[in-house]
Amino acid sequence: MKLLPLVLANLRRHSLRTLLTGLGVALAMFLFASLRSVVTTLNAGSAIASASRMVVTHATAIVFPLPMSYRERLAAVPGVEATTWANWFGGQYGDGRVFFAQYAIDPESYLAMFPEISVPADQRDAFLHERTAALVGKGLMEKLGWRLGQDVTIRGTIYPGDWTFTIRAVYTPTERAIDDRSFIFHYDYLDERTGRTVTPGWYVLRLRDPSLAAKVAQTIDDMFRNSSAPTKTGTEKAFNQSFVTMWGNVQFLMNAIGMAVVFAILMVTANAMMMTARERMGEVAVLKTIGFTDRTLFGLVMAEAGIVTFAGAVLGLGGAKLLYAGTGFNAFGVLPGFDVTPATLALGLAITLLLATASGVVPARRAARLSIVQALRHVE
Amino acid sequence: MSLVELRHVTKSFQRDTQQIEVFDDLTLDFTEGSFTALMGPSGSGKSTLLNLVAGLDRPTGGSVTVAGATVSAMTPTALAGWRARHIGFVFQSYNLLPVLTAFQNVELPLLLTRLAKRERHERVQVALGVVGLEDRAEHYPRQLSGGQEQRVAIARAIVSDPTLILLDEPTGQLDKRSAEDVLGLLQRLNAEFHKTIIMVTHDAHAAEKAGQVLHLDKGVLAP
Repeated sequence: MKLLPLVLANLRRHSLRTLLTGLGVALAMFLFASLRSVVTTLNAGSAIASASRMVVTHATAIVFPLPMSYRERLAAVPGVEATTWANWFGGQYGDGRVFFAQYAIDPESYLAMFPEISVPADQRDAFLHERTAALVGKGLMEKLGWRLGQDVTIRGTIYPGDWTFTIRAVYTPTERAIDDRSFIFHYDYLDERTGRTVTPGWYVLRLRDPSLAAKVAQTIDDMFRNSSAPTKTGTEKAFNQSFVTMWGNVQFLMNAIGMAVVFAILMVTANAMMMTARERMGEVAVLKTIGFTDRTLFGLVMAEAGIVTFAGAVLGLGGAKLLYAGTGFNAFGVLPGFDVTPATLALGLAITLLLATASGVVPARRAARLSIVQALRHVE
Repeated sequence: MSLVELRHVTKSFQRDTQQIEVFDDLTLDFTEGSFTALMGPSGSGKSTLLNLVAGLDRPTGGSVTVAGATVSAMTPTALAGWRARHIGFVFQSYNLLPVLTAFQNVELPLLLTRLAKRERHERVQVALGVVGLEDRAEHYPRQLSGGQEQRVAIARAIVSDPTLILLDEPTGQLDKRSAEDVLGLLQRLNAEFHKTIIMVTHDAHAAEKAGQVLHLDKGVLAP
């Protein structure tokens, strides 16, 4: 601690260089935290899936609907405790610039299936008993400044026409990774206005016992294998993960970009540290003459590298954490619950430790091994 | 009584393919409490001698002993600690750290000791008082004249009360008046504080201030 003023004084020597190096590290760690949070948020979506829920979709693609008659047959499969269904509505609100997901659901069975969607009891009743009622996520309500009882008109794209709903309930997810910006309404309303031509987009089942998942999936898919609408049945987790894989190898891409950024900043920081150390060889020789040991000088240079990189990392990682938490950023609804997790922060700090070590070790060793006589010859 | 003993010291450098002999069997003593000026032409080995005594460099052969400690046989870490306790070194170009104030520069050797902050501060004040720069404590080197910088460097050299003060051309970059101040200060350190001083100089006038003058020529003591 006695030598800390010396370290700080050295950092102030070229304050602009120190500032820019620190900001470079801060930017790199901010990008690292952001890119990694994309991956963790996508994974969190599948991680919160219930082990006892399964999703049944058309075997070809989710965009192909399934017959309503499947409902009875799915409910009869041994091990299935409850069923519900939903449809993707895909409408536009206003000028279409604000995107949010819209689903038509079977209200009672759907809310019973997803207890993570928390709705006040009175609002729940109001929603259940009005065919044109809508259940809206709290985040979407706040974003668009909507209020309970307000009529909202959405222009259908898959189902043409203007669709007007009355907001009767607001839900709050009990899990951060669940989107709080969805717009949910009655399947019956959709069915009625389209002249009973609509059929479910997908079914959701609850199993009596999660260990039956493989057997139930096999039974269901075998049951409809030779029908006009063959099915693909999987766990909710696999269903959620299928959306992640639709993005390609996001995890690899994000991690690769993140590490490339960190590596680039390592080069910059190492260069700055080398430059700083090279300029001070004479002073290092003077300190050695005074009695500073090689180990102490090694520590002084490493401390400088450590302070610059850790200050930058705290700024970058902390900035990312506060920014995303403060703004409720969710990439326009694509990444609900977007958050810089403690694990990402810990990984960021671990990388910072490596960064500090890698950028400081060469100039620190050079300072420690410096020949006093040779260095003084250049100074004197 | 000898404080510094050089016995059969040889020192050679390798420069490219050429072997340069600086000393060949040099034996020399410096008495405790003496003030010695080392003179000689460039390349005569004055600074090398100073470096050997300070433990900044090692002899190729022979031994260097200071206050009973064989400097030439110490490990680098032991040498660093030994220098901190026993050697005060003053350079021609002052070599103060520009990012530190005069006070902080003088305090540097004390940071290697176990002294408490208050005690360190007292010692720095005393050292700055000896060189007459108490009122410049918070000045940075760029705010001081050359003579003042060299006096700060001397304060840094004496603050840990070393056994031996070594100076390499301490007045080489100073004007006449500043040089007189510095030389007067060295005489005072020797006379009042009984410090043993070895000073390398080219300046005959500076050498006159010392108690004895030794002449080196091609690594050999001139008679």
